[in-house]
Formats: sequence, structure tokens, C-alpha cells
Amino acid sequence: MSDVHTPPAAQVAAPVGSGGRVEREFTVKERRQWQIVVRRFLRHRLAVTSLIVFLFLVVLAFLGPHLWIHGYTDLDSPGNVRFSAQNPMGTDNLGHDLFAQVLRGMQQSLKVAFIVTLLSTGIGAPYGATAGYFGGRVDAIMMRICDVLLTLPLLLVAGALVTGQGGSVLTVGLVLGLLGWVVDARVVRGVVLSLREQEFIEASRALGAGTVRIVFRHLLPNATGAIIVQVTLNIAGAILAEAGLSFLGLGVQVPDTSLGLLVNQARSAVDTRPWLFYWPGIMIILIALTINFVGDGLRDAFDPRQTRQRR
Amino acid sequence: MIAYTIRRVLVAIPILLVASMIVFTLTLFTGDPVQEKYAGRNPPVPAQTIANERARLHLDDPIVTQYWNWLKNLVLHGDWGPSITATTNIGDELSHRLWVTVRLVMIAMFLAIVLAIITGVLSATRQYSKLDYSFTFLGFVFLSMPTFWIAQLLKSGAIGYNDATGDRVFFTIGERATNPESGVWNTMLDIFGHLILPTISLALITYAALSRFQRASMLEVLNSDYMRLARAKGLAPRRVLVRHGLRTALIPMTTVSALGIAAIIGGAVITETVFQWNGMGSFLVKSIQARDRYAVMGWLLVSGFFVILGNLIADLLYGVLDPRIRYE
Repeated sequence: MSDVHTPPAAQVAAPVGSGGRVEREFTVKERRQWQIVVRRFLRHRLAVTSLIVFLFLVVLAFLGPHLWIHGYTDLDSPGNVRFSAQNPMGTDNLGHDLFAQVLRGMQQSLKVAFIVTLLSTGIGAPYGATAGYFGGRVDAIMMRICDVLLTLPLLLVAGALVTGQGGSVLTVGLVLGLLGWVVDARVVRGVVLSLREQEFIEASRALGAGTVRIVFRHLLPNATGAIIVQVTLNIAGAILAEAGLSFLGLGVQVPDTSLGLLVNQARSAVDTRPWLFYWPGIMIILIALTINFVGDGLRDAFDPRQTRQRR
Repeated sequence: MIAYTIRRVLVAIPILLVASMIVFTLTLFTGDPVQEKYAGRNPPVPAQTIANERARLHLDDPIVTQYWNWLKNLVLHGDWGPSITATTNIGDELSHRLWVTVRLVMIAMFLAIVLAIITGVLSATRQYSKLDYSFTFLGFVFLSMPTFWIAQLLKSGAIGYNDATGDRVFFTIGERATNPESGVWNTMLDIFGHLILPTISLALITYAALSRFQRASMLEVLNSDYMRLARAKGLAPRRVLVRHGLRTALIPMTTVSALGIAAIIGGAVITETVFQWNGMGSFLVKSIQARDRYAVMGWLLVSGFFVILGNLIADLLYGVLDPRIRYE
């Protein structure tokens, strides 16, 4: 399978431009940047499959609890079932249906991930772009603030907020997001720093473009790739971080549930009722894995240096 | 370069100071340590004991005074402050636990780095081959696994194996045996035996990220012009790959590793918790749970010191390895 095929539209000589000049016959079709990215992404089969699986899991997590026969707090199942038509993932010793709990857990873990991503990108990207664009003293001060945040132990911040406010999805998301945006800021700053010095920026400056135009028309669009890839990393990272916090008892608290909490509750049962431990763990891995693959596909798709061809 | 180093250290000091102030304030929000310590005692603890304990921990001073005294005593007398457990000396405890964690982190990182370089280079030189896809897939799977899940799996697998063979092949708890046998050889064996499982789980997690990194940096080098030139000059492919390619591709790896080691010294919290190691990570968890303010502050200084040191080493190494970078 080769990628070097002529797109169908280009085989017809298309009159382009207002000058009435006819383009040469072998000219490739004009595409916008996002069209190129989408095409490149679609070629990455693993990434496309992962995207579909990930979206399916998201829909399942938010619609599933309304459709499934058991609620996550219901105690209407027999205890310690390994597998049955009524309880496809089994039950715990009290008679909770694990599938219902996993659905709820997925929903809560995904909510945490969305809050974290929103905060990280929302604060990190503009912060990093500002630091990178202005450079010099502004940049130095803004980055030192990041350094301070990086030395703060996540556990302590989580400990302070979660014990004070109770471990709701919102608190856990806030803790992870407010400490996590620093990474995004650094990534975006790095991209902007290197873009700022490139010839095309110099060229547009020479053509008389102002600061606002340069930032919005040239710098940010070119940083989009890095930002979107960072978003996927944030989602995967947040799911895993939430699991880690729950493991240490500093994440989402009972009576609510999350994937991390479910695995943690099943730790003592790993030898006697292993399904309680495996199913939530597998869902964590599945979510993180698919979104990581999507991120990898996006990174390749956005990379302008991507010349090597996938077979 | 010396001037650069000095400047970096001078910048680091205020950063650590600000961080310690924030952490000191944050510990206030975790709750009253004395109340927590004596909660639910029956008969209730006498008021005098509580007052004494509060006085010992300087809890009745204004927060600014508390912070200032802590800093002054630490800098002038090397006193890390009182722990909530009266018999614990925070400084001694930290130095003991630092060594435990360093032992774990160093070996795990070494394993992870060696593995990552080998598979990263193989992946890059055979990009999009079956081998590359397998390594990539494996890397992503480890990258997507919660640490405690891997650790717990290893642990219960090892326990299962021990039970099946009726022999204690794997040690699953602690960094040393509770009653270690004497003798140099036995001590070594004991330490090594306890290291195996935590090292594997930490190494796998670290390996996942590093191998992706090594693959990317090797790919970038392989596609560069000077590699083409080296090949065009007729050098042996192996020599081109190792002397020209790998040497350059290792530069980013060095700095990432330096940063990684520094970050984990603060505690492979989860690995240490699963295997019940008494390292830096479990020290932090224990201190936070006990609202042990000065212990948390001590931890912050030690781990912050290593993060800053790691950053500095990473930057300096970059300068040494890559002659294009110069520090004034």
C-alpha cells in the first residue's frame, strides 16, 4: 500500500484563482492544514481504532448507568459471583454489581480527567505562550513561578484539599489540574520560543504584521499540534494520577466511586476474588492506552517533518 | 560554566524558600496534629498533656514565628524541628530513608535506561517493522498501567509462586528482613532479594517513557544530513550507527534520566507503599497522614534539593555533551 497516489479531485484540471489562469494538470489539490492533519491521522490505523474505542468507552460511561439493570449502589445481586448474565463482571461480597460500579467509576474518572485537561490547557497554554512570546525578564519570572509549583508535593496538596473539602470529583480534578498546568505551560512555551525565531515570523513581521496578528495567525495555529497532543497526554495522565491518589486514600472518597478507588478496594481480594481487581484495572489501562495511541497518531499527523511513509 | 552554576544555585535558593513557605501554610489545612494524635482516646487525654504537646510542637506561636524559628534552627543548628512522634529525629530518619530509596531508584533507573536504549535504537533503525510495532505497543501498555496495579500483580504473583513451591523465593515485604542474618554475604543477599520486585515494577514504568523518548531522538538523528554524509563517505554501517548516530541520540536521554532520577528520589511513593518499604515516599505519606508538619518540611527540602540538583546536572551535561551549547 502506497501513499503516493494522486487524489481523485486533482486528476481533473481545476481552474483555481480569480485570474482565470488554469493550474497545471498535475497540481495537487489545495488543502487546509487541518485537512492534511485529518488525512494523516486517518492513515494511522491503530490511532483511528483507538479513537473509536475511546469514544465508545466515553459514551458507555455516561449513557451506560442509565441503561444498565443495576445501579452502582444497589445491593440486589447475589454476593461473590464471578460471572453471570446478570452480573457480567461479577459481584463483591455485599452484592454490588461490579459492572454498574465500573460504569460509574469510569464516569467519575473521566470527569476528573476532563476537569484536569480543561484547567491544564486553559491555564497552561496562554501562560506558556505569553512567557514564550515576551521572553526576557517576563519569561524568567513566569518560569520561576512554575519551578516553585513543581517542587510542591502533589500528595500534600491533595492531602490538604481532600481532607479539608472531602474527596469529590471536583476537588481531585482541581488538585491535579492546578498542579498539572505547569507541564503544559512549559511545552507551549518551548514551541512558541522556537517558532518566534523562525523565518516565517520574521517574514510576516517584515510584511508589517503586528503583535496580535503574529500571535493569533502564526504562533498559536502552529502550536495547536503540541497543545492537542498535550491534551491527550493530560487525559491519560489524569486517569492514572487519580488512580494513584485513590490508591493512597487521597482521591475520590466512598460513597462515590472511581476506577482507582475500585482497584484499591479490591487489593485485599486479589487472590480470593481476582475479578474485582482485574476489571477496573483493565478499564483504566484501556482508557489510558487508547488515548495514548490517539495522542501518538496526532503527534505524527501534526508533525510537519513527517516525511517517512507508513506502510 | 562555574559562574553559570553559581547563578543557578543562587536562583534555586529563593525557589526552595517560597516552596517551603507554601508547604508550611498548606500543612495548616490538613488539620490539628495534636487533636488527631489523641483523637478517640479513652479515657480522654488530660488537658495538661495536650498543652505540653502543643508547646513541644510550637503550635501556639503565630504561623510566621513558627516558620521563622524552624528556618533559623535548621540553618544555624542543623535542627530539623520536632516530630509528632517524640522519639523520632527527623534528620536521622530522613538520611536513613534517603539511602533506602536511592538504592531502589538507582538500580531501577539503570535497568530502565539500558533497556530503553537497546529497544529504542532497535525500534528506530527498523522503523515500522514488526519489531518496532511490538516494542512500541509494549511501551504504550506499560505507560498506560497504574503503577500500583503492576506492583500488586507482581507481588501477588510472587506470593503465589512462594506458596506453590513452599519456598521463600521472592521477598514481598520491606527493604530488609525483620531479623537479618549477620555477615556481609547474608546482608548483601538480603538487600538484593528484597530489591528484586520493587525494582522490576519501578523499572517497567520508567522504561516505558524512556524507550519512547530514545526511539524519537534516534529517529531524528537517523534522518539528519550528517548521518547521510557519514554513510556517503563509505563508513561501515555499524560505525555510523554507533559512533555518529547513537552518540548524538544519547544526549537528550542523559538529561531526561538526570531529571527522572531526581524526581523519583522524592519517593517512588506507590511502589514503596505496595512493598511496604520504609523509603522517602512512604515517609511523606506517613507524615501527611499524621499531620507531622516538620517532617513534611524536611522531606520537601531533601526532595527539592535533589530536583534542583538534577535540573542543574541535566543542563550542565547538555552543555558538556553537545558542544553547540555554551553557558556564559
